Amino acid sequence: MTRDLLLFACFSLLIMLAPQLFTGGYLMNVLVFVGINTMLAIALNLLLGYAGQISLGHAGFFGLGAYLSGILTTTFSLNPWGAMPIAALVVGCLAYLIGFPILKLKGHYLAMATLGLGVIIYIVFNETVNLTGGPSGLSGIPNLRLGGIVFDSDVKNYYLIWVVTLMVMLFSINLANSRIGRALRAVHDSDVAAQVLGVNSRLLKVQIFALSAIISSLAGSFYAHTMTFISPASFGFNFSIELLTMVVIGGLGSIYGSFLGAALLTLLPEILRGANDYDIIIYGALLVLMVMFMPGGLVRGIPALYRKIVTRRGEAGHA
Amino acid sequence: MLEVSGITQIFGGVTALDSVSFSITRGDITGVIGPNGAGKTTLFNIISGIYRQTAGTVTLEGKDVTGLSPDRLARLSMVRTFQNIELFGSMTLLENVMVGMHTKSSSGLLACALKMPWSIAEERRIRAGAMKWLEFTGITDLADHTAGSLPFGKGRLLEIARALAVEPRIILMDEPAAGLNSQETLALAELIKRIRDLGITVVLVEHDMELVMDICDRIVVLNLGRKLAEGTPREIQESPEVIAAYLGDDD
Repeated sequence: MTRDLLLFACFSLLIMLAPQLFTGGYLMNVLVFVGINTMLAIALNLLLGYAGQISLGHAGFFGLGAYLSGILTTTFSLNPWGAMPIAALVVGCLAYLIGFPILKLKGHYLAMATLGLGVIIYIVFNETVNLTGGPSGLSGIPNLRLGGIVFDSDVKNYYLIWVVTLMVMLFSINLANSRIGRALRAVHDSDVAAQVLGVNSRLLKVQIFALSAIISSLAGSFYAHTMTFISPASFGFNFSIELLTMVVIGGLGSIYGSFLGAALLTLLPEILRGANDYDIIIYGALLVLMVMFMPGGLVRGIPALYRKIVTRRGEAGHA
Repeated sequence: MLEVSGITQIFGGVTALDSVSFSITRGDITGVIGPNGAGKTTLFNIISGIYRQTAGTVTLEGKDVTGLSPDRLARLSMVRTFQNIELFGSMTLLENVMVGMHTKSSSGLLACALKMPWSIAEERRIRAGAMKWLEFTGITDLADHTAGSLPFGKGRLLEIARALAVEPRIILMDEPAAGLNSQETLALAELIKRIRDLGITVVLVEHDMELVMDICDRIVVLNLGRKLAEGTPREIQESPEVIAAYLGDDD
């Protein structure tokens, strides 16, 4: 338990010191996205990696948070700090209500249903032009303010987003190591055995689905207030798949894995930008190789690779 | 303790159980036996709330529990184990048993995620309780192993430890000796008697006749979905209907 806390403290320190090591506004901007994507990957991982329930519609919850925050602060001139919890509450309630019928489905059927949900939300963003601005997007969303600070630069946003992301991480790590986290994994491994031991698996699945949607909504709100402009294109089916990829590449059922997956998938396109038109091919090939050689995700694959290298060196030394 | 009356189960056109009734006395070890296809596992699935029967009622400690879900039944102190053990393979043995303490703990999602003082205290209590049951079943040394890598015999013990962590007043075991060698079966018989000595009522479906005759106080015999006989092991052994069902009629 103390080891978990120590690891988290080191990780937090590293994150907080990062702006001192890297300078350059553009990189800071990318690292803000790493933070937002980490929150989203953790949200999906709680559902997929722990409870074993898939969702291909999480970009929809992310978008709902962003749009609700955006609309409440522009059209209705609400304070962003007030809009955010309202958005989260609305999205949470929506997910809770939808969760009951939808989570009765299993496997492919659940995938199809959540995919449909995501697509419907995407269509609503595009079609309710009066409210959302339609395909051309919603602009003029105010930055967040805290005391006298306006979060309008990449470095300020970096600290803001990462403080929130670290809080989401700690929250999720605690949850994962609790009776609720164990019950989720139990439902994942054997639903019937979990029920027989007194776990109300149906309710638990709906609760974690709602929690996952709430975290996604919060990430969406922060996204809207840091970008100040949002459009439906960011919340489509493609992004739901990208989130799924982050969770799987990073490592199912690992909170730090979600960070690794989010970091890799956010940074990789930036790194590959130099490769011009080949970037998408290299990106795809890397993902395929990683899934083939690190089926447990980066969080398990990297230590395994390290051990392999160390033992090989040891053998070479003996020879 | 447990009363089953008029249980009928029809799958499509097949009558798996036909108006089966019997009652189980508190503190007894009761065996449910019968040839393959007699409906024993179906009966267990109905009593434990996994199947919903076509007709009939189940009464637990005077309370009608017909059609209640398995998790509600666990809260009413009834728990079961499975013929093909259902472990949480990705979790350690200790964690498996800790899940068994689910109904004996109450911290909600937020309290757990925010590590409230009472949830920390509860976590400590859950861990200590789980260790107690690992000790009771003699698998403490494997506490930190992953359940998925366990040999079958140990897996069976883990499943029993996990069920006991619910602190049931009645435990249903579906073929607990299946897949065990003779030495493990002997140890299982001792374990079941120790469970009864805790004051827990035991009901088991079993094919191992030696085990059944050795430990059961009463036996219910099913054949082709009907109750064929009921009585003490001696009465059952001497019952001509039972002998006919197992060995076949002369005609």
